[in-house]
Amino acid sequence: MNTALQQPVAGLKTDDAPAILEMRGISQIFPGVKALDNVSIALYPGKVTALIGENGAGKSTLVKILTGIYRPNEGEIIVNGKPTTFANAQAAIDVGVTAIHQETVLFDELTVAENIFLGHAPRTRFRTIDWKLMNSRSKELLHSLESNIDPTIRLKDLSIAQRHLVAIARALSIEARIVIMDEPTAALSRKEIDDLFRIVEGLKAQGKAILFISHKFDELYEIADNFVVFRDGRAVGHGQLKQTPQDDIVRLMVGRDVENAFPKVDVAIGGPVLEVEKYCHRTEFRDISFTLRKGEILGVYGLIGAGRSELCQSLFGITKPASGTLKLEGQSLSVHSPLDAIRAGIVYVPEERGRHGLALPMPIYQNMTLPSLTRTSRKGFLKAANEFALARKYAERLDLRAAALSVPVGTLSGGNQQKVVIGKWLATLPKVIILDEPTKGIDIGSKAAVHGFISELAAEGLSIIMISSELPEIIGMSDRVLVMKEGLMAGLFERKDLTPETLVRAATGNA
Amino acid sequence: MLEVIGMSRLLKKRETLLFVIIAVMVAIFSTRAQDFATPGNLAAIFNDTSILIILALAQMTVILTKSIDLSVAANLAFTGMAIAMMNAAYPDLPLIVLILAAILIGAFLGAINGFLVWALEIPPIVVTLGTLTIYRGMAFVLSGGEWVNAHQMTPTFLNVPRTVVLGMPVLSWAAIVIVALIYMLLKYSQFGRSTYAAGGNPTAAVYAGIDVGWTKFLAFVLSGALAGLASYLWVSRYAVAYVDIASGFELDSVAACVIGGISIAGGVGSVIGTVLGALFLGVIKNALPVIGISPFTQMAISGTVIILAVVFNARRERNRGRIILRDKAAAEIPAEVAA
Amino acid sequence: MSTVVSTPSEKRVIPDRLGTPFKRIMSSWEVLLFGVAVLIFIFNSLASPYFLDAWNLSDATFNFTEKAMIAFAMALLVIAGEIDLSVAAIIALASTAMGAAAQVGVGAPGLVLIGIGVGLLCGMFNGFLVSVMKLPSIVVTIGTMSLFRGISYIVLGDQAYGGYPEDFAFFGQGYVFWVFSFEFVLFIVLAIAFAILLHATNFGRQVYTIGNNDFAARFSGIPVERVKFILFILTGVMSGVAAVCLTSRLGSTRPSIAQGWELEVVTMVVLGGVSILGGSGKIGGVVIAAFVMGLVTFGLGLLNVPGIVMSIFIGLLLIITIAIPIVARRLKAMSSK
Repeated sequence: MNTALQQPVAGLKTDDAPAILEMRGISQIFPGVKALDNVSIALYPGKVTALIGENGAGKSTLVKILTGIYRPNEGEIIVNGKPTTFANAQAAIDVGVTAIHQETVLFDELTVAENIFLGHAPRTRFRTIDWKLMNSRSKELLHSLESNIDPTIRLKDLSIAQRHLVAIARALSIEARIVIMDEPTAALSRKEIDDLFRIVEGLKAQGKAILFISHKFDELYEIADNFVVFRDGRAVGHGQLKQTPQDDIVRLMVGRDVENAFPKVDVAIGGPVLEVEKYCHRTEFRDISFTLRKGEILGVYGLIGAGRSELCQSLFGITKPASGTLKLEGQSLSVHSPLDAIRAGIVYVPEERGRHGLALPMPIYQNMTLPSLTRTSRKGFLKAANEFALARKYAERLDLRAAALSVPVGTLSGGNQQKVVIGKWLATLPKVIILDEPTKGIDIGSKAAVHGFISELAAEGLSIIMISSELPEIIGMSDRVLVMKEGLMAGLFERKDLTPETLVRAATGNA
Repeated sequence: MLEVIGMSRLLKKRETLLFVIIAVMVAIFSTRAQDFATPGNLAAIFNDTSILIILALAQMTVILTKSIDLSVAANLAFTGMAIAMMNAAYPDLPLIVLILAAILIGAFLGAINGFLVWALEIPPIVVTLGTLTIYRGMAFVLSGGEWVNAHQMTPTFLNVPRTVVLGMPVLSWAAIVIVALIYMLLKYSQFGRSTYAAGGNPTAAVYAGIDVGWTKFLAFVLSGALAGLASYLWVSRYAVAYVDIASGFELDSVAACVIGGISIAGGVGSVIGTVLGALFLGVIKNALPVIGISPFTQMAISGTVIILAVVFNARRERNRGRIILRDKAAAEIPAEVAA
Repeated sequence: MSTVVSTPSEKRVIPDRLGTPFKRIMSSWEVLLFGVAVLIFIFNSLASPYFLDAWNLSDATFNFTEKAMIAFAMALLVIAGEIDLSVAAIIALASTAMGAAAQVGVGAPGLVLIGIGVGLLCGMFNGFLVSVMKLPSIVVTIGTMSLFRGISYIVLGDQAYGGYPEDFAFFGQGYVFWVFSFEFVLFIVLAIAFAILLHATNFGRQVYTIGNNDFAARFSGIPVERVKFILFILTGVMSGVAAVCLTSRLGSTRPSIAQGWELEVVTMVVLGGVSILGGSGKIGGVVIAAFVMGLVTFGLGLLNVPGIVMSIFIGLLLIITIAIPIVARRLKAMSSK
């Protein structure tokens, strides 16, 4: 066992240059949850530090502190040996911290050049913004990323991968000393990833410190020098990546062996429930066909931006398909709105449970009864007793943790909010339940519970479509897996053929 | 400069369309009334619309930041009353002092709005709804309900905006100068770009180090200052100051912005568009009596135009779904852009 | 109420509600506002000997009943996240239509139908633009506001309609019982009806949900567009009802009737505790706000304060009542650091 892994203290003993930035004893407390607990991390010039951890382990909180969005409750940040506080985002930018976020946080209506240089545009003699210089410098930066994007067009005209490149160009434009990359390869093709890594090597050569957040071990082993592992808000280990076997790292991430996390129960699979034939959308997906059977869990895998959520939202009636047919239990079905889908028995648990699944300021019981009001009310009048009864039934079934059923659902933890959303849909007595990234942002303990529950549902005869980006989850839980790539079907695999390699290959199109 | 033009390629389309519409309108009106399209008359229309142009630009800056200022007209009324009274009481005060005072008073009233929006985070519509009645009421309190009439104002006070310089009255020049200043402010200053960023994507703006609240505050101060300047021009041009002056102008300024393509959601819009929007309303207002349509139809026409403009704006802004299918994406992006 | 039992071997029991009803009620906006209302009432009675007279107080109600009727519908609309600035213009158009009908001899019942009918049509027009064409309500209703009032101006110019039938005056000037005018009774009835609609029906729940999270409402199967369309119809109809009352009270119609009322209605709604951002608010609060505004205008009227100065007080009231909870929260946060 590598003894270096045991020390939770900052600072790696190397003979290279001292750290550009250190965080010592950082804690971040939100109402009800300690997002970071006494975390220490050090970033060295010319080195890539991988930040590894499950969703909800505290990585994005750390990034927000580093970029000056949050101020930590405890601990200090030391830049070049001097304790510093970031009063706001600008302060962090001034020190040389820049971040490329998972979802590009940029401006659709502004031009590419302006997005790259917003906040630090080159000035003329008269302190006015020098558009000419901004455009030419943008062109240079984009060239260095091997891109011909015209800097004078608006960002909203670009594709997802191109927007990512603009985000990277922005990071470069700041002449940052510390570059944070949060899942930067999520939407990129293999070639684009190679280009990105070449850029990263270039940054290293320039002496920049890079914090690289990713789930993909093969990429990390390719690019990272050091690593830090987060689990449940704590830094549980660090060391030199290439000298540490992957299993050790996974064990640190998860806290136990991976096998137990996905209690798949073998369920008798019945006849077809949902038949989808050549479902097409004008711009988002084309020719999707599959049959979902009773008691089956169909996993849907693919890179971010592959069109999985769009497909499922179309099945649920949020967006209208351009063509294709749908049959539920043999009956032809047309879904023009969520109400149609719900009445037919198809429900959708969205990826963004806060944004799309719940009205956060409203009480738990009101959220739970929302699609079922016709059943709990009498002639259009609300009946509180019925609503509480329904909410209580499903709260107990799902083992919900809350102070009372009348508290706002926004005060619950992520896992419990997920339970409210699932409870809401179970109360409609559906036949097909579509889960979009059901364990995203949920701590590892609750994940297993969610998986167990999904298995229970399948056992009770529900048919489940589960979108997931986590290979262990999808391999562990699915009876079959549909892989999508850029809006098209890239494969439909049986359980016995599920290996990480086959799925990744289909999703990325690599031979 | 070519890049500047190229950059706003898409935007230009909307503005050129508006320009064409205005030109067509003028052409149609001139068939009914001979002298309508003469340079003299067109200049007169521009002169008549100058104050609305200034107020519309004030409103535009605020709307860019995802806010709204319903108090601009009330600000104008109070400030106009104040300096008219000063001019009547102290005829020896140099005009420049009065103009500066107008700008400062207007800016101060704007700062009150800005403070409430920035420090207390009260929604701008609520703040300006409150201040609009307060400022107009204060105009009454200040004046005691009395009017300030032309004979109480000094000749300089009255004449300067009417003085013709290089073929146009100073009033028109004032509008042109303001248009140029605001254009440069929004295009070339950090504040200007921050307004677009703060309104376009407030979250991203914070990440980019922009202080969204402060930007809103400054936008309101600017709006107030412009209203202050406009107040002198109004009171001098119409040679009178009383409590109800410019009533309805706040909605006209919003209408001019909407017609000009400014999005009420913030972050989108151009100075040219706003000016054209104001001119659109100005042309209609001036055309009606001349072509024999009762001026009482003006309101209904404005209303219809606003509705049509909003429909048009919405079409343009309709959110494109993520274009995932690669061949579709390639089709929608011009060839030279595809990376 | 049951308390949480959390022994590991038993199933978790979650109570329905927390705290006592008393505590919940005491810390609400409505109570704060009620306190303000009481203060104003006391101040008024001290300031003028004419205040505490039953008939005078009854007269005072005319200050706010018509606006309050619209405010109830507006409250629902604002809770759902939209706004309708054309309500005063709808009054003008409805009143003009009634006036035109009166000229050709239409009787009181017909006039009422016309007034409400015009309100309904205007509401449908607004609803169509916002729900079907998906346009932002604030600018759309600025447009329809100009359009509707503009039509009144086209019809009437600077003239006025008079000559309403005698029995038409009942709505705005008649009394149902002792000092209680028809308008006041109608106001109470509508307050109760809207309160039931908002707080006790599925529809009301849908309105709150849409205001809290438009996406979640849609994703839960709520027909968001249909609900908003109905809400615009409601504000239109209420404006029509208010037009009947107001026209009846004034006995005449000018295109400038109810000028500026849209902003007063919105003030009443926001003062009543409805968040302009949507998602929260109660009809009870709007009722109290109506009384507050009525008391202030009436009391100041007794002191011979001009109308325009009165509106300074209303404006200040609006800003101060919104600001107090925010400032209080900030001070609390600062002191607990």
